[in-house]
Amino acid sequence: MIALDKKLFRDLLHMRGQAIAIILIVACGIASLVTMMSAYESLQLSQATYYDRYRFAEVFVQLERAPDSLADRIAEIPGVRQVQTRVVVDVNLDVPNLEEPATGRLVSIPEVRSPILNDLYIRQGRYIEPGRPDEVLVSEAFALANKLELGDTLGAVINQRWENLRIVGIVLSPEYVYEIRGTELVPDNKRFGVIWMERDALGVAFDRDGAFNDVTLSLAPGASEAEVIFQLDQLLERYGGLGAYGRDDQVSNRFVSDEIMGLAAMAVLIPSIFLGIAAFLLNLLLARLVSTQRDQIAVLKAFGYDNLTVGLHYLKLVLMITLVGAGIGTTLGLWLGAAMTQYYTNFFHFPVLRYEAGVGLISTAVSVSIGSATLGAFTAVRRAISLPPAEAMRPEPPAQYRPTFIERAGLQRYFSPSGRIILRNLERRPVQAALSLLGIALAVAILVTGRYFEDAANHIIDVQFRHVQREDVTLVFNQPRSARVRYELTHLPGVLQSEPFRVVAARLRFEHRAHLGGITGLEPTGTLRRLLDKKLQTVVLPPDGVVLSSKLADILGVSVGDILTVEVLEGERPTRTVPVVGLVDELVGLSAYMDIHALNRLMREGQTVSGAYLAIDAKYTDQLYTQLKQTPAVTSVALRQTMIDQFQETIAASMGGFNAVLVVFACIIAFGVVYNAARIALSERSRELATLRIIGFSQNEIAFILLGEQAILTLAAIPIGFGFGFGLAALTSHAYSWELYRLPLIVTRASYAFAFVVIVIAALGSGWIIQRHLKHLDLIAVLKTRE
Amino acid sequence: MSDVLDRSGASYTTAPPVVFHVRQLTKTYVMGEVEVQALRSVDLDLYEGEFVVLLGPSGSGKSTLLNIIGGLDGPSSGQVFFRNRDLTAADDSVLTRFRRESVGFVFQFYNLIPSLTAQENVALVTDIALHPMPPREALGLVDLSDRLDHFPAQLSGGEQQRVAIARAIAKRPEVLLCDEPTGALDFQTGKLVLETLERVNRELGTTTAVITHNASIAAMSDRVIHMHSGEIASVHRNLTKVSPAELEW
Repeated sequence: MIALDKKLFRDLLHMRGQAIAIILIVACGIASLVTMMSAYESLQLSQATYYDRYRFAEVFVQLERAPDSLADRIAEIPGVRQVQTRVVVDVNLDVPNLEEPATGRLVSIPEVRSPILNDLYIRQGRYIEPGRPDEVLVSEAFALANKLELGDTLGAVINQRWENLRIVGIVLSPEYVYEIRGTELVPDNKRFGVIWMERDALGVAFDRDGAFNDVTLSLAPGASEAEVIFQLDQLLERYGGLGAYGRDDQVSNRFVSDEIMGLAAMAVLIPSIFLGIAAFLLNLLLARLVSTQRDQIAVLKAFGYDNLTVGLHYLKLVLMITLVGAGIGTTLGLWLGAAMTQYYTNFFHFPVLRYEAGVGLISTAVSVSIGSATLGAFTAVRRAISLPPAEAMRPEPPAQYRPTFIERAGLQRYFSPSGRIILRNLERRPVQAALSLLGIALAVAILVTGRYFEDAANHIIDVQFRHVQREDVTLVFNQPRSARVRYELTHLPGVLQSEPFRVVAARLRFEHRAHLGGITGLEPTGTLRRLLDKKLQTVVLPPDGVVLSSKLADILGVSVGDILTVEVLEGERPTRTVPVVGLVDELVGLSAYMDIHALNRLMREGQTVSGAYLAIDAKYTDQLYTQLKQTPAVTSVALRQTMIDQFQETIAASMGGFNAVLVVFACIIAFGVVYNAARIALSERSRELATLRIIGFSQNEIAFILLGEQAILTLAAIPIGFGFGFGLAALTSHAYSWELYRLPLIVTRASYAFAFVVIVIAALGSGWIIQRHLKHLDLIAVLKTRE
Repeated sequence: MSDVLDRSGASYTTAPPVVFHVRQLTKTYVMGEVEVQALRSVDLDLYEGEFVVLLGPSGSGKSTLLNIIGGLDGPSSGQVFFRNRDLTAADDSVLTRFRRESVGFVFQFYNLIPSLTAQENVALVTDIALHPMPPREALGLVDLSDRLDHFPAQLSGGEQQRVAIARAIAKRPEVLLCDEPTGALDFQTGKLVLETLERVNRELGTTTAVITHNASIAAMSDRVIHMHSGEIASVHRNLTKVSPAELEW
């Protein structure tokens, strides 16, 4: 079959423009598949290995205070394998070279190293030494962000006094792979760090001598997590237990796992679109090839080539294009996958984030590409096989044209002959026209989707940090305080306005569903923190009842009017019922809000606050920070601008990189589809166009006929593509509707405009190339070739 | 050989073996929205080693007849025997093998694969034939030894048609079926092609059937079959064959 293979190779060379376009699209599809799948596999494997080797706990609970002796009783709960009791407290930190106060989470560790749960990986330095209470280990993320080195000291407010802590080790913990303070969206490694120190020192300082306020435990194989949590909660009830939870609700694990799941979802969605389009283009290309090579197929069959060989011949062409694309895509994907995995080390702190791309993945990529190519080639190959040789030898019967709807509607006088040719062509081959339309529309859709992530992230920033959170600084006190503290706050330097809030840890229950979190009490007339509905209209907090974020209402299965059971997990631990009086569409976290006075009433307490939102005068920030650093009553100071910066830096940056790749891929698709459609139209109609030239049409006039058809298809495809794009964005928004954050379904006009511009440029570019081909249309040769 | 013929041209007194035996062949096909009656009850025999010219205006059914006996197409009714094999009863794989082993085709528009060189076009056939001659040898037979590596676009019409003939004979077929082989060529080039066909017929003994609407070509044949409106109008045996070089039109 050597001669036949040579034909294959030369055919391919002849169609190189189109072949390259398809190769690139296949490459994009396979590259995105390999990139995301390999990053997914690498992260998943790193996570599993890390959790296993460093004994990441399976159940977590915080409590007020319990004696060490209770540890044995916890260990006796059926299903518990290993118990780790700890003292964990958040304190104000003074970090060298950092103006603002930072929060340190002090976590106790045994004096002598032993195989504890959530064990530490020592990246630098050593473990603490017994009898040296000032020695600490700090998390790598915090050390890197603040350029802390071994031997540096940190100031911390411990037991109402400033203590100096000396760094002897820089470590990683499976509990803080994603190191964030609480329910924030992105890490702020500069202003929040985890610090491990000796148990006794910490216990004495925080009135937990011989006692603990944090338990983590691992489970025996086959144990029921829910049952252990239930028993643990019962046991800890009288010790101020704040409700136990499993790995699913552990913040760091939740973020990492959500990200991994998101990767897996995108690894299916995006390549499917690319490979679908590639299959469609291969179909167009091959159908066209089979049609132009009718006589060649006839000759092959006349000389005794059997159907299988002829079919295989065309299939091979498709496979060659696909395999080259898959090869490029796999190589690119492995490179991008390694880069993406590396990129994750900016957020996720694993001891080793090894990049894994197995033979399995590569063979999957190759089979997926072959599968989609074969699917695309199927009809055309079948046509080549079923073409009877004698019929193939005859020219194709003249295409059947009929008057179009224009003529039927009597509108023909408004159209020139060229215009009528265009319309009749479109109407004669509705399937082909529809497929071209679909291809271009999908390219538009991908462009819109690519931009959607950025739109959504910007919208989150805008809503969360400009409309909802309007304070400059959020303070959290180390314990609930009297509302009078408000007057002290207004006397702090630079404070223009202060609004206190109350946060109460509670379990919200409705029927069999429960959510462990808290209720935030806000001043109903407050302006620094507002509740908004979908249209960004302010929701006024009613004097009674609770307002939930919609996502939380979904999880609990409640709607307005239902009565929630609130099990308060602090103070007297009362259980009360509260009606749901409203919903807010927040994009971040799961929240329940009440009027602060109603919440105080619910707690049967006087006017009590947990912290305050402050508006400050920028001129006095330094003074304010200095003062806050020295205020032991304040454990946490969060700055809105820092949050915005961090958010933009991390989420927007990570999406930005991903987004840029997607937009490049989408441009390739757009160009590939438009160029292929026009190129095929040119080769199908070159004879007709040459005839028109000979009878006196100018080059521009024939260009108008050919490109006019493409222009109509492109213009018609754009609004459809907008619709598809919006649909894809809706799908994505649905897929990214997580407890931690939701991607809002927002596609800006700028994104539609961007997609429009890219498609128009792609269309003009391919039009220009086609125009050049038209210039070189060999009139005589074209007329001599047999149809 | 006797001069006595019936209308089908079938009965020689001392006839060579029959290669094709055609009975009551009818073919109707639909082209676009038109139904065409291409063949109406055609009876015909072709003999081993003879050079037959099928004459007739376009649309008279010549090509249809050739396509059917060449196994490219099936009849609507009637029978075609090749030697003793019934082609009308054969399935596609049998017809494919028949074409691969026994038939060489030459078409009016050459139908060379434009992306393959002269030699490769011939190799396309020798790659799958049972006892082919080397492509160079086939091209040598049509005097194209110096054009082996030229692509069709680099060859004149006559040269292209001679490549097509080389391609047809390279497999050493039993029959050579030529559909208007000179139709697209000028007089001089056409004669050159006809000389090639005549030489192949004479030297290799290949049964050759040539379709043409050029009556002058009939003079070089053993028998002339006139077709009209899908029927055989007459069969005429040439008593004095002239060489292609002497043809005039």
